[in-house]
Amino acid sequence: MSVAIIDYGSGNLHSALKAFERAARESGLGDTISIVSDPEAVKTADRIVLPGVGAFADCRRGLLAIDGMLDALTECVQRRGTPFLGICVGMQLLADRGLEHGVTPGLGWIGGEVAPIQPRDPALKIPHMGWNSLSVNVAHPILADIPTGESGLHAYFVHSYYLRAANPAHVLATTDYGEPLTAIVGRDNVVGVQFHPEKSQIMGLRLISNFLRWRP
Amino acid sequence: MLKARVIPCLDVKDGRVVKGVNFVDLRDAGDPVECAIAYDAAGADELCFLDITASHEERGVLLDVVRRTAEACFMPLTVGGGVRTIDDIRNLLLAGADKASIMTAAVHNRDFVRQGAEKFGSQCIVVAIDAKQVGPSRWEIFTHGGRKPTGIDAVAYAQEVASLGAGEILLTSMDRDGAKSGFDLDLTRTIADAVSIPVIASGGVGTLDHLVDGIREGHASAVLAASIFHFGEFTIGEAKRHMAKAGLPMRLDPQTASAP
Repeated sequence: MSVAIIDYGSGNLHSALKAFERAARESGLGDTISIVSDPEAVKTADRIVLPGVGAFADCRRGLLAIDGMLDALTECVQRRGTPFLGICVGMQLLADRGLEHGVTPGLGWIGGEVAPIQPRDPALKIPHMGWNSLSVNVAHPILADIPTGESGLHAYFVHSYYLRAANPAHVLATTDYGEPLTAIVGRDNVVGVQFHPEKSQIMGLRLISNFLRWRP
Repeated sequence: MLKARVIPCLDVKDGRVVKGVNFVDLRDAGDPVECAIAYDAAGADELCFLDITASHEERGVLLDVVRRTAEACFMPLTVGGGVRTIDDIRNLLLAGADKASIMTAAVHNRDFVRQGAEKFGSQCIVVAIDAKQVGPSRWEIFTHGGRKPTGIDAVAYAQEVASLGAGEILLTSMDRDGAKSGFDLDLTRTIADAVSIPVIASGGVGTLDHLVDGIREGHASAVLAASIFHFGEFTIGEAKRHMAKAGLPMRLDPQTASAP
């Protein structure tokens, strides 16, 4: 199986690559993990990962700057059902629109918008940065063997905006930061995580292994 | 619930850890990558490298250390020391660092903070502040390891860099650094309450209660320490369990051994 991590100029993908390689190796899966920026290579992948750091609009611009990438993604994920994982801003891009520095359209695969975190308690800092636990709303194979809840494993978050999904059924898990913030979204062959599995030690490696095994 | 973070910091010079790490049997206690792997396995919440290499020309050595660490440790890594240009930040991030910590360059050119945040996102930009008390509830920024006064008020500076897009502040009390008498809690609380971004308390940790105080009294989001961990006085696990027992929200997840 081949896994394509899409490089569209949004940050360093080296640690993501290494984390996916490690997870594949430790799970005894023989997946080939590649960093790709060529839409043709995306089309031949068995699984697609869209990372992303920085601002929503910048990431969107980076994605559009690669000729044919959006079409390749739409064809694979929307028509062929290729399993897809979005990470951080790569997850936020799934929404209809982002509200960071003006309104920017997203992929629209998960209805909703990406809005600023505005905690009422001034002691809650922005960005929401660090390790937080997950509350599961909808069980999903990507969370197999991952204990959740306050006594479960933690995920590493760093973000100032969050995806407010139009359909609550698409919110698989939340994390509490003064209010429940969307931590994992999903529908059909698409999942997105707000946190960084490649930085979340054992929890992250398990989640990546689950994604590599997932047959939607 | 968001947990308080414990961050061990390693001083790195010419690609080697200054003073080494004593708490666990390492093949090479002077290798920053081995130390990083040990801290990862011990449950550190993040890791910080502070490069104190005198020459900027030897940057490749540090970048290699960062690269090898990022390949072996799947946890957030901050690297500081000698970060002067946008290219310095880019090179660190490309090598696998998650955040670059900038200090002197930001003091001399505030716009560097804005440029860095615009280019790479606020989450990548940590502004390190070395502060010394100069009067009642007044602290001033110092550079060059606390030797050089700048005349800049630490609180106003913290607010300014936060408004320019810094994602986090690494705050070191130069009065307490190495003194083992605890964080300067007045300083930490004053800055933490003055900005909306997270503050990492640093400088002065001698006991595990000092870590608790930094979060509870200092209102810091994270605590950074070096010697109490390196010399094996306390493990990361002991520190985090102590903080949890004191009632602070801590991450006590079981860790797998992160062999290279």
